[in-house]
Amino acid sequence: MKKYTDTGKKDTRSGFGEGLYEAAAKNPDVVALTADLIGSVKMGKFAKDFPERFFQCGIAEANMIGTAAGLALTGKTAFASSFAEFVTGRVYDQIRQEVAYGHTNVKIAASHAGITLGEDGATHQTMEDIALMRALPGMVVINPCDFNQTKAATIAAAEYYGPVYLRFGRPSVPNFTPEDQKFEIGKAIIMNEGTDVTIIATGHLVWEALKAAESLEAEGVSAEVIDIATIKPLDREAVIASVSKTGAVVCAEEHNMAGGLGELIAGTLAGSCPAHMEFVNGQDRFGQSGTPSELMTAYGLDAEHIAIAARQAISKK
Amino acid sequence: MVSIEELKKISSQVRRDIIRMVCSAKSGHPGGSLSSADFLTALYFGGVMKHDPATWTRSGKGQDVFILSAGHLTPVYYSLLARAGYFPVEELSTFRKFGSRLQGHPSIEAGLPGVFQPSGSLGQGLSLAAGVALGKRIDNDGNLTYVLLGDGESEEGQIWEAAMFCAHHKIDNLIAITDWNRQQIDGNVDSVGGLGDLESKWKSFGWEVISCDGHDFGAILSAFGKAKGFTGKGKPVMLLMNTEMGHGVDFMAGTCEWHGKAPSAELADKALAQIEETLGDY
Repeated sequence: MKKYTDTGKKDTRSGFGEGLYEAAAKNPDVVALTADLIGSVKMGKFAKDFPERFFQCGIAEANMIGTAAGLALTGKTAFASSFAEFVTGRVYDQIRQEVAYGHTNVKIAASHAGITLGEDGATHQTMEDIALMRALPGMVVINPCDFNQTKAATIAAAEYYGPVYLRFGRPSVPNFTPEDQKFEIGKAIIMNEGTDVTIIATGHLVWEALKAAESLEAEGVSAEVIDIATIKPLDREAVIASVSKTGAVVCAEEHNMAGGLGELIAGTLAGSCPAHMEFVNGQDRFGQSGTPSELMTAYGLDAEHIAIAARQAISKK
Repeated sequence: MVSIEELKKISSQVRRDIIRMVCSAKSGHPGGSLSSADFLTALYFGGVMKHDPATWTRSGKGQDVFILSAGHLTPVYYSLLARAGYFPVEELSTFRKFGSRLQGHPSIEAGLPGVFQPSGSLGQGLSLAAGVALGKRIDNDGNLTYVLLGDGESEEGQIWEAAMFCAHHKIDNLIAITDWNRQQIDGNVDSVGGLGDLESKWKSFGWEVISCDGHDFGAILSAFGKAKGFTGKGKPVMLLMNTEMGHGVDFMAGTCEWHGKAPSAELADKALAQIEETLGDY
């Protein structure tokens, strides 16, 4: 199986910060807004070097989304950032009217997504954001898997004209995708080719899926691993081609079942390529305090649970 | 610049358009459209706002921008845009009908010239206007951003987030207008939402505040002149337009009853009999 090496743990939010800075250095129309979270969302360097393009909004996320849309109307590429819960659930209606229905060039940059936000607990751990953003017509939804991919995805989001939801996280996680990658919005990435089962993962769970594939390989099971870095628009062809070959599929995500990647894949396959499916996700629960790794294990969001799900999917064939 | 007599003629025709549009659509919002008709006529036709339908783009570059935050005021908004030449006045007959560019609330997808942004979910336009004003500041585009808020709409918390933000960031190329007609769907704004003293509220949020009789064209033009004089001085400007809900039609005036209700054909005739046709009905 294709080998991936962790070149050193890094947080995906820092990938966002670097990508944003690089995009802003290249394009003077890139502007950034945050709601009292400069350090957390890694906008410090941007704020220092591009003060005329940086807007501190205070703890007022609804106003931040509207202001970002207004800046976008005048031709700016506006990145509005906070914790994922506070730039989705809290401001869903603002995003719906000003960004999605308004077709404005706003990038919702959502940090600290999912349960791996950790110790702050369930009020801050959104597991519903993908569902909310997917539901909006025309919204591009991107959920990269590591530092390098998040940086590349941020640059790609800045170059794309239109509403984007860009989701990333808080903890330091393995950095294993190429440093010089070009991110293609809407393109699935085949991380490993296999024949017995397709593991479709997004975000932090891509690394776990690769680890699961390694352990399955040791048992003689050949797992194909697909990184769905763009959830919307979904690369349907890649998903259907893989599952037509393997006949079994596992979907893994740091998100609830409702409206997440798993339901999206199930809906995609139902019409064209029904297959035996298993789901690894937060099910229908809120999170709780704990370290990211404790929580990933407790909620079954790790390589071990993905491998178990893969064996189950194969056994149904 | 047109004379006050001319402005009165335009607003009279706009009021006829409002009544005829909501009657034909059998739905829509006449009350607030009638209360805001005079000062919006002054804004579009009185040499207040720099705008040109021939060169209009959604980016607002090189022109003033008008954001309608109270999106339900489409009858007055569409009438003014049509009468100003943004699209044919005949199109007013399609208001709220299937396939029309004149959606119940403003839409970008419909592609109606003159409309910058959708609105309808209340409380959001001041934030949007703040962003437009900041964009103009970055671009050294010396033009202004205007935004119209409803008084009932000002019960939304986001209005006050934006109020704080605009003052904090010294957004002084922005003129906000509140149509203070004192009525909302369920009754008087003070009895429904406890809106209270808007003048003190905006002042305490760090705004320059001007109060004006919103049905007196002389006062309106003078207030807009004063408001423009306050721009570029480090503070955002709020123009409180004291108006009457349903103004110009006796049975609609001063009551919340006609906030969002269309008159029957018979009542529409009764209303139209009170409003002079000046520029020709569409």
